[in-house]
Amino acid sequence: MFSGEQIASLFASLGLTHVLTVPDSTIGRWENEIESSGISIVRVCREGEAWAVAGGLYLGGASPIVMIQCTGLFESGDALRNMLHEWKLPIYSMIGYRSYLNQDTLPGDTTLVFTEPILAAWKLDVRLITQPSQLPVVAEHYRECKAAAIPGVALIAEGKA
Amino acid sequence: MIDLSDALAAVRTHRRADDVVITTMAASRAWMEAGTQPLDFTFVPSCMGHATSLGLGLALAQPKRRIIVCNGDGSMLMNLGSLVTITSQAPSNLVVIVLDNGVYEVTGAQPTPGSAEGRSLGHAVDFAAIARGAGFNAVYRFSTTEEWAARSAEALGARGPVFIWLDVRPVPGRAGPRSPGPAAQRAQAFMYALGVRPL
Repeated sequence: MFSGEQIASLFASLGLTHVLTVPDSTIGRWENEIESSGISIVRVCREGEAWAVAGGLYLGGASPIVMIQCTGLFESGDALRNMLHEWKLPIYSMIGYRSYLNQDTLPGDTTLVFTEPILAAWKLDVRLITQPSQLPVVAEHYRECKAAAIPGVALIAEGKA
Repeated sequence: MIDLSDALAAVRTHRRADDVVITTMAASRAWMEAGTQPLDFTFVPSCMGHATSLGLGLALAQPKRRIIVCNGDGSMLMNLGSLVTITSQAPSNLVVIVLDNGVYEVTGAQPTPGSAEGRSLGHAVDFAAIARGAGFNAVYRFSTTEEWAARSAEALGARGPVFIWLDVRPVPGRAGPRSPGPAAQRAQAFMYALGVRPL
């Protein structure tokens, strides 16, 4: 979908300071370029940690983003609930949507069943990104969420494309 | 065994004016009872287990401040991986204190799976060994009020990341902590106290 250079350039243009991440085979390939751009990578052991570390960073004046796969979103529930909905910290996330682009060739991944309903249940403002041409949509959405001081999600389709 | 109030009193004694102190669960209740100030982060409501992660984020964002996390053993067990995440970043300004009473106190003092009472073999989990294995720079354990009083300044002042394990007495029958106000407003006030946003 996107190259590491594109993501690093995007994050730098948004003024992000830290990326909280557990890699998957798509987003993990962006790490080197992100680090090379001067943005700090914080590798957490499980995705729930990412929201709380991001919360601390935000409270301390930094500009973090959570970058995980949708399976990590499933793992993240209570931390996400607390940070985003109780403390109302407007943390933006980029979530890899596993198998979205492989639905014809590799059907049956239950992440396709649960990801969008779970994001809806968490009452998050989501942009589904399915085309490489949509990179500017992520930037626009981030800025909208920042201006409104609300959390947001760029849901990045993963798979063969 | 150390009384929870004595354990926290030493933190108050050696706390610098610009230190941030994060408390959670029973420690929050006891800390609030002795009074709070703007750089206290009472992590109530919480996502149990994540005080260490929150502290790491603050330590990274505020590297010139010491961040002291007063955690419980049940909470620590919920997020042992955070110790590895912390040492991967190696913040020299982060202190993690585990106040180990062996029980989930706020739910009625059931034993944790790390306590001797909660384990079939009867041996408690060795938090110091876990912290050392994770790579903490300085690891301390204190089991008496006298030891803690005598060496708390040294432990709190060590180059981080620091891990301090305290054996504390449970305080059975006490209710869990209550949020001292709306969380979102408290977050804003805390950021103001840190100087990262206007009121």
